[in-house]
Amino acid sequence: MEKKEPKKHVLPTLFFATLYLSAFTFGGGYVIVSLLKNKFVDQYHWIDIDEMLDLVAIAQSSPGAIAVNGAIVVGYKLAGIAGVIVSVLGAILPPMIIISIVSYFYTIFSTNTVIAAMLSGMKAGVGAVITSVVYDMGKGIVKSHDIINICVMVISFCVNYFLGINVIFIILSVGSLGFARALIHEKKEGKC
Amino acid sequence: MIYLQLFLSFLQIGCFSFGGGYAAMPLIREQVITIHSWIDMDTFTNLVTIAEMTPGPIAINAATFVGTQVAGAMGAIAATIGCILPSCIFVTALAYIYTKYRKMALLQGTLSSLRPAVVSMIAAAGLSILVSAFFAHADISFRMIAYFIAALILLRKAKMNPIAVMVLCGAAEAAFSII
Repeated sequence: MEKKEPKKHVLPTLFFATLYLSAFTFGGGYVIVSLLKNKFVDQYHWIDIDEMLDLVAIAQSSPGAIAVNGAIVVGYKLAGIAGVIVSVLGAILPPMIIISIVSYFYTIFSTNTVIAAMLSGMKAGVGAVITSVVYDMGKGIVKSHDIINICVMVISFCVNYFLGINVIFIILSVGSLGFARALIHEKKEGKC
Repeated sequence: MIYLQLFLSFLQIGCFSFGGGYAAMPLIREQVITIHSWIDMDTFTNLVTIAEMTPGPIAINAATFVGTQVAGAMGAIAATIGCILPSCIFVTALAYIYTKYRKMALLQGTLSSLRPAVVSMIAAAGLSILVSAFFAHADISFRMIAYFIAALILLRKAKMNPIAVMVLCGAAEAAFSII
């Protein structure tokens, strides 16, 4: 177990972290999830990795944008309702400000080849960031040698990526499977 | 009155956009074009392009964009609040239940089974981004693959800040396009 650092200045840290991360969330909500993990799990050690995955599951299974939901769960976990408010503000301010500016200069912005090239180059970087986070998260699951969990990981990846099955549906099915497993496990323990 | 309409429209979008990102697109179109005719289809296409080029969730981008077009800065704020309010309530409630009952064996068992699926969802999202980066112009881009490998090395071996890595990849491709 890594030692948790003392939580100093939680609210300002939350606000500036979500503000800064949200300003760079190109390519969808999972990027901010990866960045939040990097910041609060690896850098500050305020959240452990299992908890982070549980929080992501909550963010995913709720309506709304994953980036906002991710900021809410992390904010709540670290500082309750006040944490939710500051992290939501941090998460929505950059897109609001940027959209307001860009919509005025839309034509210049959309025809600029340098901006287009920069954005396509960033995609490769975003892909690498997510790959790195998936490696860290997946490593623990493979090392657990729990065959069912490894199968769940492979199958849910395939049905999501290749068949395009909805995330909510996958979460609900895997959740019920997990609930059933936990129930069976409890009964077994009770009999012993 | 228009503020209330914007608020209520985006409240519905916020309530029903499960799965994030592109799942919200048809809902947004229905509200802002079909029901209220706040913008036309061309403007909507521009909005989608802007949303793709800028950071942030598409629903928030749309709320700010449409709100500004219809009723200025106040409209943008009303629409955005509507859009995030359902998330705030729902996610906070779930997070409360989670922190209160996470020690419970049954919930713990359910959640530990969910973790591998969560990793898969993130992996699938990452792979889609990579595929669209590598095969941008109908054929495979070796330059993008090189950026990807360099970025991975910087992240894993040099422990570089992920945002710096992303910006560096963007800057490299921008520099290449100028040359």
